[in-house]
Amino acid sequence: MKTIVEVKSLVKNFPIGTGIFTALNGVNIEFSEGEFAGLVGPSGSGKTTLLNIIGSLDIPSEGEVIVLNKSVGKLSPRQAAQLRKEELGFIFQNYNLLPVYTVFENVEFPLLLLKMNTEERKKRVMETLEWVGLTEKVNSRPSQLSGGECQRVAIARAMVKRPLLVLADEPTANLDSANSHNILQTMEKLNTELKTTFIFATHDEKVIGYLRRIIRLKDGKIVEDKAVD
Amino acid sequence: MIKFLFDGLMRDKSRSLLPIIVVALGVMMTVFLQSYMNGVMGDSIEASANFTTGHVKVMTRAYNQNISQMPNDMALLGVDTLLQKLNKQYPDVTWAERIQFAGLLDAPDSKGHTRSQGNVTGMGISLLKSNEEIDRMNLRNNLVSGRFPNKPDEILLSDQLFHKMNLKLGDEVTLISSSMYGDMAMYNFHVSGTLHFGINVLDRGTMIADISDVRSALNMENAAGEILGFFRGKRYDDKMAITYADNFNKQYATSKDKYAPEMLPLSDMNNMGFFVAYDNEVQKIIIMVFIIAMAVVLWNAGLIGGLRRYGEFGLRLAIGESKHEIYRSLVAESLLVGIIGSLIGVLLGLFISYFMEKYGIDTSEMMKDSTFMLPTVLRAHITATTYFIGFIPGIISTVIGAMLAGIGIYKRQTANLFKELES
Repeated sequence: MKTIVEVKSLVKNFPIGTGIFTALNGVNIEFSEGEFAGLVGPSGSGKTTLLNIIGSLDIPSEGEVIVLNKSVGKLSPRQAAQLRKEELGFIFQNYNLLPVYTVFENVEFPLLLLKMNTEERKKRVMETLEWVGLTEKVNSRPSQLSGGECQRVAIARAMVKRPLLVLADEPTANLDSANSHNILQTMEKLNTELKTTFIFATHDEKVIGYLRRIIRLKDGKIVEDKAVD
Repeated sequence: MIKFLFDGLMRDKSRSLLPIIVVALGVMMTVFLQSYMNGVMGDSIEASANFTTGHVKVMTRAYNQNISQMPNDMALLGVDTLLQKLNKQYPDVTWAERIQFAGLLDAPDSKGHTRSQGNVTGMGISLLKSNEEIDRMNLRNNLVSGRFPNKPDEILLSDQLFHKMNLKLGDEVTLISSSMYGDMAMYNFHVSGTLHFGINVLDRGTMIADISDVRSALNMENAAGEILGFFRGKRYDDKMAITYADNFNKQYATSKDKYAPEMLPLSDMNNMGFFVAYDNEVQKIIIMVFIIAMAVVLWNAGLIGGLRRYGEFGLRLAIGESKHEIYRSLVAESLLVGIIGSLIGVLLGLFISYFMEKYGIDTSEMMKDSTFMLPTVLRAHITATTYFIGFIPGIISTVIGAMLAGIGIYKRQTANLFKELES
């Protein structure tokens, strides 16, 4: 399998007052294409920080993170934005849908940034909404949807540009059990069918139950990295 | 992308409706104030032009130097030829010859002895050949009694002087003045009508006669103190007047003759330069005031809108828009708001200005004892500038407001987006 993320001796420090807080301390890890992996650990373990750096939202203090052959620390803000725009998908705990736009338009938005033509955009959006089972809600606004439906729109928005890597931070935190399973099954299906790599940051047992690889973090270090059958 | 942003903007009333209303109101007021100031200032300038200065005025150099003394001994000679030349050279200008003079008016009794006397400042204008000067000087509205002269040797007198001298319409009066050659001039007239100007200096003692009679009275055959030029169908245009005057004066630049004709633009006469400059500057002042006021309001509206859209901007940064792109889209949105608001504001402003131009506000009752030469009906005046002036504050203020409010985008830390978007 092709390696799409390489994390080498990663250290991330944050200044706190006059001192320094080390959020990640010597992390080494690789992710291959098609993985369905999770960074698991309690609050403050460094999982969101690692997700941030992999997502080119932040840069390493030391070490190197290579995402899709690009060293995150060496990217300019514009190049980092370009990487996120073209190759990465994000799923947030709070869905973060744009309230004035319809389901269709929310999903269409990343394609507009890629300047895709209208016809292909429509085709791609409808196809993606079909994957997540929301074709009948294309004209609904986020306020007219349930939490589960909103998160499925967010998944569709992350998937519509066919990213190689999707980063999901606590995607089920605001959902009930039934909706959580539904969402996770949808993501699992997309991972299997499209070979999209999913990396989660979570401490939700429901999510952990779906992961095929679990990386446990504690105090900024990897304490366990195991594959799950 | 533009359509996408436009749809979002229109659907989110809180970020479109308020700014559009603010812009539309500001633009409407800018348009109205511009046309109103233009109307009032322009009318005042026109009133002055029609009465004393013309848009341009031709005199001899010597007459111009002593103009306050109405020195008819320095008047233009060979006026017929000069008028022909002016008409040929400036076909878009209407020329009107005038003679200003001063003298003593004497009213005799039945035995021919002086019954009453009064000082007069007089004006010889074309009254018998056409009504052009009557209309130009708006004399119809000033006629209190009698009629306009319709035969030679008839005059109009200011009503105040008329009563002071105990005159009756049709009475004979004698003008005692000095001729163009400096000797005493006496000439009999009959009073055909009286005028009330509402301007103290004019009401005290004004006499208006046909220019041919004044020529006879003051021995000024084919002479005139002044030839006034009025741009045909147009209001005063300072640039045009200066150009015409410069071109005319070039023809006599090498002449040392102090009686050579000289053309002056209105702005070089009677301290009108300040008025004309003020008329021009006031538009800039209005625009600046509205740009600043609206920019401050829209800046604040943008800041509030920015807070409401904090999540949206965060998401857009996360999914790959650069800060610069988001900032640019904010400015583009504001441009859209500016254009829509300005269009609405211009239409509203033009609508109000149109009625103000057509009907005006009649202040004649309030201004009947005014000593200023101001128009009694305050009217707006719509010009080509009125159609676009509103777009300047409308668009600039919205864009400035958005640019100031959008600076916050550059302060966002992408590293905190996950935290921010999940809080």
